[in-house]
Amino acid sequence: MNEKNKLLDKYSAKVYKNRKDHILQLEAVDEAQSIAANTRAIPGVMTARGCCYAGCKGVVVGPLKDVCVITHGPIGCGFYSWGTRRNKAKADEDSGGKNFVPYCFSSDMQESDIVFGGEKKLEKAIDEAMELFDPSCIMICSTCPIGLIGDDVQAVARRTEEKYGIKAIGYSCEGYKGVSQSAGHHIANNGLMRDIIGTGDKAPAKKVSVNILGEYNIGGDGWEQERILKRCGIEVVSMFTGDGSVSALKNAHLAGLNLVMCHRSINYIAEMMKTKYGTDWLKVNFIGVGATCKSLRDIAKYFNDPELTQRVEDVIADELSLIYDDIAYYKSRLTGKTAGIFSGGSRSHHYQVLLSDFGIETVIAGYEFAHRDDYEGRDIIPEIKEDADNKNIETITVEADPERFHEKYTEEERAALRREIEVDAYAGLIPEMDPGDLVVDDYNHFETDELIKSVKPDIFFSGIKDKYSIQKAGVTSRQMHSYDYSGPYAGFRGAVNFGRDVTIALYTNAWALVTPPWKSEPMLVGTLAGGDK
Amino acid sequence: MLDLTGKEVKERRALRVNPCKTCQPVGAMYAALGVKRCMPHSHGSQGCCSYHRTVLSRHFKEPAIASSSSFTEGASVFGGRSNINTAVKNVFDMYDPDIIAVHTTCLSETIGDDLISYIMDMDLPEGKTVVHCNTPSYVGSHINGFFNMMMGFMNYLTKKTGTSNGKAAIFPGWVNPGDIREIKRIAIAMGVPYIMFPDQSGVLDAPMTGKYEYYTNGGTTLPEIAALGDTDQLIALGEITNIEPAELLQKKWKVPYALLPMPVGVAYTDVYIMALQKFSKQEVPYELEEQRGQLVDLLLDSHPYTSGKKAAIFGDPDVVIGLTSLCLEADIIPQYVITGTPKEEFTRKVNALLTQYNAEGCTVKANADLFELHQWIKNEPVDLLIGSTYGKQIAKAEDIPFVRAGFPVLDRYAGTLLPIVGYTGAIRLVEKITEALMDRQDRDAADEDFEIVM
Repeated sequence: MNEKNKLLDKYSAKVYKNRKDHILQLEAVDEAQSIAANTRAIPGVMTARGCCYAGCKGVVVGPLKDVCVITHGPIGCGFYSWGTRRNKAKADEDSGGKNFVPYCFSSDMQESDIVFGGEKKLEKAIDEAMELFDPSCIMICSTCPIGLIGDDVQAVARRTEEKYGIKAIGYSCEGYKGVSQSAGHHIANNGLMRDIIGTGDKAPAKKVSVNILGEYNIGGDGWEQERILKRCGIEVVSMFTGDGSVSALKNAHLAGLNLVMCHRSINYIAEMMKTKYGTDWLKVNFIGVGATCKSLRDIAKYFNDPELTQRVEDVIADELSLIYDDIAYYKSRLTGKTAGIFSGGSRSHHYQVLLSDFGIETVIAGYEFAHRDDYEGRDIIPEIKEDADNKNIETITVEADPERFHEKYTEEERAALRREIEVDAYAGLIPEMDPGDLVVDDYNHFETDELIKSVKPDIFFSGIKDKYSIQKAGVTSRQMHSYDYSGPYAGFRGAVNFGRDVTIALYTNAWALVTPPWKSEPMLVGTLAGGDK
Repeated sequence: MLDLTGKEVKERRALRVNPCKTCQPVGAMYAALGVKRCMPHSHGSQGCCSYHRTVLSRHFKEPAIASSSSFTEGASVFGGRSNINTAVKNVFDMYDPDIIAVHTTCLSETIGDDLISYIMDMDLPEGKTVVHCNTPSYVGSHINGFFNMMMGFMNYLTKKTGTSNGKAAIFPGWVNPGDIREIKRIAIAMGVPYIMFPDQSGVLDAPMTGKYEYYTNGGTTLPEIAALGDTDQLIALGEITNIEPAELLQKKWKVPYALLPMPVGVAYTDVYIMALQKFSKQEVPYELEEQRGQLVDLLLDSHPYTSGKKAAIFGDPDVVIGLTSLCLEADIIPQYVITGTPKEEFTRKVNALLTQYNAEGCTVKANADLFELHQWIKNEPVDLLIGSTYGKQIAKAEDIPFVRAGFPVLDRYAGTLLPIVGYTGAIRLVEKITEALMDRQDRDAADEDFEIVM
């Protein structure tokens, strides 16, 4: 029995029927291998998933530093998403010198607000926020009860815009919508596309300019990418949404290319900007030394500018020379290890490339909230069937902007380019993995625990909810959502940080202390009763 | 840090900024983790469960397991009966707990799911139990969730056989496992046989063994919960957290209670010990008297560094009341004392303490938040800040020595293994407070004023 069947064998018939399609043990076959994803989690299995609010507020809009994001609901949701995701941000000119990220704003609804409606309290909360903080943009994120009691957060946002002449957006991102955080990403994408992108007119100063999409600046990852791109002479117009600001996002349509890091959380904006403004998007991966070099060269290929191409090569050569010794050292400590990884909306793919830089093979990978295209590639999208849960999430249609639509390449040119680089395309996680490896969608606590036992990877990368149970089982465990408060892990310098952190995690002296000496020594040295001396 | 926080205090009636509380369900989850072989279950969207497990794991640096009903839009419209039935079956199949402790969320409360009838209609495996409590997130705070879950267990499980078991029930309130171990140690030293409920020691401070099990040996057992009705006396620590569970045990099974403050500092630990003494009628052993003497000795030794210093104390009501008492014992002026939990009893208790020590000009507020505390500090600074991790923003912004205590502490290690209660805990707190204050004095001292001996 292979690991997949061993795992499924322990399930009841009903759970088996559901889970068997979400777990894939890759085979050495030519045809595409398929996985079920983005369907309801089964109640009670202890899914690792979060909710729609977490995807909208926690992931996409929370990092915007010039926005006062008010959580509309009881206090919990605002509290849990306060300072707990490491989307670093720094006040700057773009953000008008403001940084709302360290704050938590909530309408803190009480029983009477649930009974009589919370719109009045929300509007009062906005008045108070205006008086205290004078933000240039307010976003309202709804929690579960809001949709049930019928508060109209979009109407409140409209009234706020009229009253104060600022930008205001209401998101109906109640926790029960969709099947995971993913619904919240989509809802947030829609809002940014509809109300922010394209409302500015500040053109980039440099001839080569990009937006970085799906980069949340966890542990400063975005800054490391920005540093490298700047060295190459590339202007970063905006980042979605790490260290991001509405005042930068509104000019995003003027950038020359969209770079997509986290495919899941931001592909909607990438696609819509393609349709509306003709901006191509390029799937990049700045996680890993080889991956970073490739992404930089892909960008150079896209812009097809000899000066840029040369500069990219110079930067790569210089950056590599600076990290060569460190990478070689950590590689010598890590080669031959195996890993499992459950993280993010592209991370379980991205980090495999970084791990392979150090000679670590990834044998288990999966996502909490990905869709089939994140596993199998975007070519699969026409085959994905809509179900009742994702039908409820609004899909907005955009049309080519008659004045601002501009394509760099013709369709034929793009097709030729696509043979070399991933323009408006993404091949997904599965091609990165080998026969025998396990791909698990919407993994749960039971499966994680069982896989740790049956596959016995040397190190497992997951989130805080799994971290300590994995570690308790004797397997090195690192958080891949928060980097265990370290980082950055992106780019050249980030790869060194990662190598160091993984090495110290695997080799910490504490591992040797787990078993007390008296457990491995004979208990008593003495004489046998009645025996000879 | 927190550069948008202005000095001018304006009245707010709707906007909560930087809260000093969270919602009920996480309290219910924490209480349920203090029951042996129990799976806490969150009846709502799966995000709630995910958030609560996350904050508990971050505070304790331990696995915190719990399951969810995973509501979708359909369940939110038609009710969560089928979700919870599926969940209960799967939890027993996959995770095999003895009991599932269900708490509600703002979602299932708003749609009015009737857990009592759902549970009554369940077809449970032999020997398995499901209990529940209601924890509407829009009422009170996480403290309410904690005691509501305690009452949920008690409503379903406690019995009275008519024969006393000769034990005292001890409700430790919302404290860390390290505190529970100290509360037990004192009870044992005083010769009091007890049932501790709930009891997260051994669960959320579990040792590293190389083997992971869903359930540890820790936690109050189900027979122990059942036997609460047969105890002779309840000693409830934490007057705000435990008033309702204490009333329930008295009303239901006529168990008399002593409702005491959380035993932080000299006086409140004395009160706990005397309550134990009343039960066991034993002399206070030298071991405890010795420790008390050490603590008082320490207070006398270190008072020049604490006397007259002003502190801001924030957090959950009972721990804040305890910390305030300890500060007053160390001649520290509790300039600002706040909790986010909306309980006016809190202000009465703190004000009574302040009166007892003739401390004047202090501000005490329940249902407050850290934004207003920060604004007060901007207007009239303090020398010391004591509270949860979120205080570190204010401490950095205003450059104030900061001592972490309470929930949640997300950014330091070992704190949950060690007590702040009892004389031992007070010694630890005095060490932390004096170190914070004296490190500051050292840091700020001119070279010519830099003391080797202090």
